[in-house]
Amino acid sequence: MSCPSSCETSCQSCGSEADEDTSVAGMLRMERMPHIWCPGCGIGSVVTSFVEAVRRSGLNRDKIAVVSGIGCTGRVAGYVDFDSIHSTHGRAIPVATGLHLANPDLKVVVFSGDGDLTGIGGNHFIHAARRNMNLTVICVNNFTYGMTGGQVTPTTPAGANASTTPYGNYEYPFSLPFLADAAGATYIARWTSLHSRNITQSIEEALQHRGFSFVEVITPCTTLYLRRNRLGDGVDTLQYYQDNSILKHGADTRETAIDFQGKMLVGKFVERQKPTYLDAVNATCARLIGDDYQLYGKTPPEKEAEKK
Amino acid sequence: MVNADPKGVDAGPHFLDGDHALAEGALAAGCRFFAGYPITPSTETAERFAERAPEVGALFIQMEDELASIAALIGAAWGGQKVMTVTSGPGFSLMMENIGLAVMTETPMVIANVQRGGPSTGLPTLTAQQDMMQVRFGSHGDYNIIALSPDSPQECFDLAVWAFNLSEIYRVPVFIMTDETVGHMHEKVVIPPADRIRIVERNNYKGPKEDFRPYKFDCQGGHPMARAGDGYRFHITGLTHNERGYPAMTPEQNVKVLTHLMEKIDGNAEQIIRLEEDGLDDADVVVVSYGITSRIAIRAVHEARELGLKVGALRLITVWPFCEARIRELASRVKAIIVVEINYGQMVREAERCVAGRCRVVSVNHCGGAVHDPKVIVGAIKEAAL
Repeated sequence: MSCPSSCETSCQSCGSEADEDTSVAGMLRMERMPHIWCPGCGIGSVVTSFVEAVRRSGLNRDKIAVVSGIGCTGRVAGYVDFDSIHSTHGRAIPVATGLHLANPDLKVVVFSGDGDLTGIGGNHFIHAARRNMNLTVICVNNFTYGMTGGQVTPTTPAGANASTTPYGNYEYPFSLPFLADAAGATYIARWTSLHSRNITQSIEEALQHRGFSFVEVITPCTTLYLRRNRLGDGVDTLQYYQDNSILKHGADTRETAIDFQGKMLVGKFVERQKPTYLDAVNATCARLIGDDYQLYGKTPPEKEAEKK
Repeated sequence: MVNADPKGVDAGPHFLDGDHALAEGALAAGCRFFAGYPITPSTETAERFAERAPEVGALFIQMEDELASIAALIGAAWGGQKVMTVTSGPGFSLMMENIGLAVMTETPMVIANVQRGGPSTGLPTLTAQQDMMQVRFGSHGDYNIIALSPDSPQECFDLAVWAFNLSEIYRVPVFIMTDETVGHMHEKVVIPPADRIRIVERNNYKGPKEDFRPYKFDCQGGHPMARAGDGYRFHITGLTHNERGYPAMTPEQNVKVLTHLMEKIDGNAEQIIRLEEDGLDDADVVVVSYGITSRIAIRAVHEARELGLKVGALRLITVWPFCEARIRELASRVKAIIVVEINYGQMVREAERCVAGRCRVVSVNHCGGAVHDPKVIVGAIKEAAL
């Protein structure tokens, strides 16, 4: 859609989109390149799928915000050309919750790694899912804390070697689709970074979904996880994904555990409708105050200005 | 400045405790987003806000912990709302990391700490003033904040409004360092009509997109923010950053950022520091206090004056930044400065630093759980006046 006032960028006054560059490069902050990610890392594939999903969704890009925490995936917020917050370790979801609740017109997307999201930030993850907060959470799960040098995370498969489990991981890992499902998420999908078209489609669906949507993408950490576990390079891992991913839409999330170099279920596991947190708040308040209840209702001077 | 939105102003006389008055002050100041987690003795503020939110069109959310509460404030502030949380000792400790993020990203917010005795779980239901250094230095790295200390429920209301205004001007977290006694003490609170409450509105950038910068490292306040969704595509980060908000991690850039964060407060201390003085002109001895302690200290000062001692009172309404200039000036002409506080001796260290040996500095401390006995303060005044 072209803007009648022929403005250069997307226009607030007319609400229409100018002829904006919606290529992948056009949605990234190219002045910040090169990025910090290693060759063979899967984060870039997920970012590419994300911007492609935004383009396909037709959503107004200025009404999408990206929040991330700390770690390799935490850097996504700095590279995508959206309103973006690079917050603290584990706290992307509560920051996103505040951003969304303060400005419900926004679609807020959280990019988070497995350690960030389910280790230090695990409590926020389950509570946002429980509330069916209208957020899209994308977890880049590479089974490792990359930024700090390859330590064990809550998703590292049992037996895998990490710098803090040098004799093999003896903990039981989380299965994130199962965790999200149990906590109350209303959209859950899992792919590997090989499945770039599926990731795009799932993120697009997640962006359109009302409620807590969760997309997990299994990715290779070439520098740390692969090397330490002698699993070859990025290409070898994509081959492993090709040979061991089992597509099963609607799978029971109890079956989604991942063993070391074992088979992995991928697909869209959960999609259900349920009132979001804000739907529930608004319904309660409308019952209390009346139908003219409006969260952040306009102030008298604003109403006055509108009349004029 | 504009008049307060009448929707948030419950004008008229009330009988409120300090915690409830804080919530009313926040609503009057235009706060429309409150994220909190229950903790004694601060919870009543959250309860009041939750009760009033629907009729004001505000949102209250009880988060899963204090880490989430303060993080949500940062998101909500950049979403365009004025934001607040309230907590006490242990919860305050949990908030420390993201207080640093709020300082670094220059995010306006108001945090009230209804102080209780510590350390650790300490005295959950009993008063203290033990977090006065933590509020200034508790998060890692060098930084600067503003902290106010009310001595009554009325002042909880008044200072809440002022705290929001200061946080908008200087884009910094502003702390209301109250305590269990003021928080749970019921007194008359008069809420003025909306047209008598002056409010600093959020300064949202409205210029051309290509010129937008979320930061300006000029050691001043008043720099505009952007609201998410308005098309400016801002980026903010806790990393050392440039004016565009992008990471710029060099020693040179950290000089610029850190100097700005420190000096926008210290350089404007005259506008930020509010003191209440009583009988300082001819004083030989000055009693310095803040918050609930000042109400006991002032009684002791009056009793000592009746005994013929030349003693004056200095009440810190603004605790941070500390009133260095005033203390230095007093130190050059009085015999002694007595600092009365409910902790093992915290702000007295600041007084000693500023006095730098020019007069005696006496700490009249109390380890928490109760307020001072005025007799103890009178005794200290007598001894100092000799």
